[in-house]
Amino acid sequence: MLYVDLTAQGLIQGCIYAAIALGLTLVYGLLRILHVAHASLFTLGAYAGVIVCNMTGSLLLGFAIAMLLSGMFGVAVFRLAYKPILNRPPFVALIASIGLYIASEEIFRILFGASGISFQDPPLQAQVQLFGGLQFRQAEILVMVCTVFIILVLAYLQSRTRIGVACRATVSDPQMAESFGISLQLVRDINFFVGSILAAFAGVWVGLLNNLVEPTMGSVPAYKALAIIVLGGLGSVPGTLIAALSLGVIESFGTIYLGNILDRNAIAFAFLILVLLVRPQGLFSSR
Amino acid sequence: MGYEITLLTTMGISILFALSLNLITGFCGQISLGHAAFLGIGAYASAVCTKAGVPFLLTLPIAMLIAGAIGVFVGLASLRVRADFLAITTMGIGFLFVGVVRQQEWLGGELGISGIPESGLSRAMFMVLALALAAAAAAFSIYVKRSWMGRVFDGIAEDEDTMRVLGVDAPAYKLTAFAIGSGFAGVAGALYAHHLRFIGPESFGFVESITVLSMVVVGGIGSVAGVAIAAALLSVLPAWFQFIGDYKLLVYGGLLFLMMRFAPGGLAGIVTSIRSRINIAKAGGSS
Repeated sequence: MLYVDLTAQGLIQGCIYAAIALGLTLVYGLLRILHVAHASLFTLGAYAGVIVCNMTGSLLLGFAIAMLLSGMFGVAVFRLAYKPILNRPPFVALIASIGLYIASEEIFRILFGASGISFQDPPLQAQVQLFGGLQFRQAEILVMVCTVFIILVLAYLQSRTRIGVACRATVSDPQMAESFGISLQLVRDINFFVGSILAAFAGVWVGLLNNLVEPTMGSVPAYKALAIIVLGGLGSVPGTLIAALSLGVIESFGTIYLGNILDRNAIAFAFLILVLLVRPQGLFSSR
Repeated sequence: MGYEITLLTTMGISILFALSLNLITGFCGQISLGHAAFLGIGAYASAVCTKAGVPFLLTLPIAMLIAGAIGVFVGLASLRVRADFLAITTMGIGFLFVGVVRQQEWLGGELGISGIPESGLSRAMFMVLALALAAAAAAFSIYVKRSWMGRVFDGIAEDEDTMRVLGVDAPAYKLTAFAIGSGFAGVAGALYAHHLRFIGPESFGFVESITVLSMVVVGGIGSVAGVAIAAALLSVLPAWFQFIGDYKLLVYGGLLFLMMRFAPGGLAGIVTSIRSRINIAKAGGSS
């Protein structure tokens, strides 16, 4: 029973990782930027979600506003920060992104205080029994359902709509795509918009599950999501999903069995380093 | 007087530490996001030794050797993975170091090591030692830069594959860079431990790694004078401007971002471009 429970908790965590890492993978696949500041948008989404939900009492409205706000900020970050340095060596964008993230963490602290904000009346906290004996909170089940749903929607958009096809074409050959009349600018904006929406989505859920939104909540996902997309083979969407879920499960088992040697973050990165030494291109490399 | 001595000692240690990263990232082009781990390894090695009764000066070479040896080990990862993957791997090593140290009782665990014995030098002598070691590191860096090895490093940073085609044993040079750079960081760590006489795992985390990277980036990646000046300035900035003490990370993050966005060459790059502009103006005036 313990194993089933640990696996379930790991999968819940894995779903959240997946939602964060998917946005990063979209950006990396298109622009080859390790977008650390993605976690700023995650935290921004969480703050928007908790504040709107506390003001209006509607969690749905909180999600909507958080996602919209983060999406717009994501596009702004791309246009103002990354676009002018796209032609520089890759570490330039990486360091700029880390700088942006660190500064944003401080801005959140100055704006909203260091101690964080909680939901006044946290929704979806009721316990549910599933599969005879497994205890879940409603929120935990909804996280999984919503993440799967969002991933399916994304997959549909990518494979069946004109704009999705345009995105994929741009990833595989930007010049060719452009000569077929696809607007690079539009594709990049959409990519950042969708990626940031996913980050906000994950942010509100994490805020809800922990019932706490604090300035530093993005730091662990920021670095762990990087580990996940590297594990998944940088830019590969299925690889990212599998890496996120397996990392969630490995962490939840690891904290029980390796807890007195390594802490949770160290387990994730030890796994990352081991995998990279065996398969330097990641688990599922597309190229 | 005591205040100035403390400031200058901190400055010396920071310069030594920043120059050590400059050898790896600046000269050899191998980006490292976990360099604080080597500062930590040196600090812990030296602190454990002096607590066991070894004289302080003897622990400097010990710290250097241990950190250098582990540096070679980490350098092996740079032979497997490159660029973005290497950045994430080294970041993982930083997290791994903190995670491991935290769980080790004999290293003080979460609480760290306090009551580290005095160095046996007067405070002024300690300052002189730190500054002398920093100057030695700078002289050594300049020597390396002008040597055959420095040129090979340059070549590897620019285009590793071409260097391999030219018959240069790139792996050996990369390992050398990691060994020297980590060893210097170890010495800086030993000084750090006996300057503050308290160390904990949090002192060597990701923030410290980013701080030292920001010194290298702000100074101008690869420029010895630029990096030394940036390290000196950034290390005393919080002390000079008390009011930014609280917002230290905001300033660091903002600087990192603005530097990369507007002047990826750092201070050195700014000086070079001003010089060439003056030259152009002179040439324009004379013709």
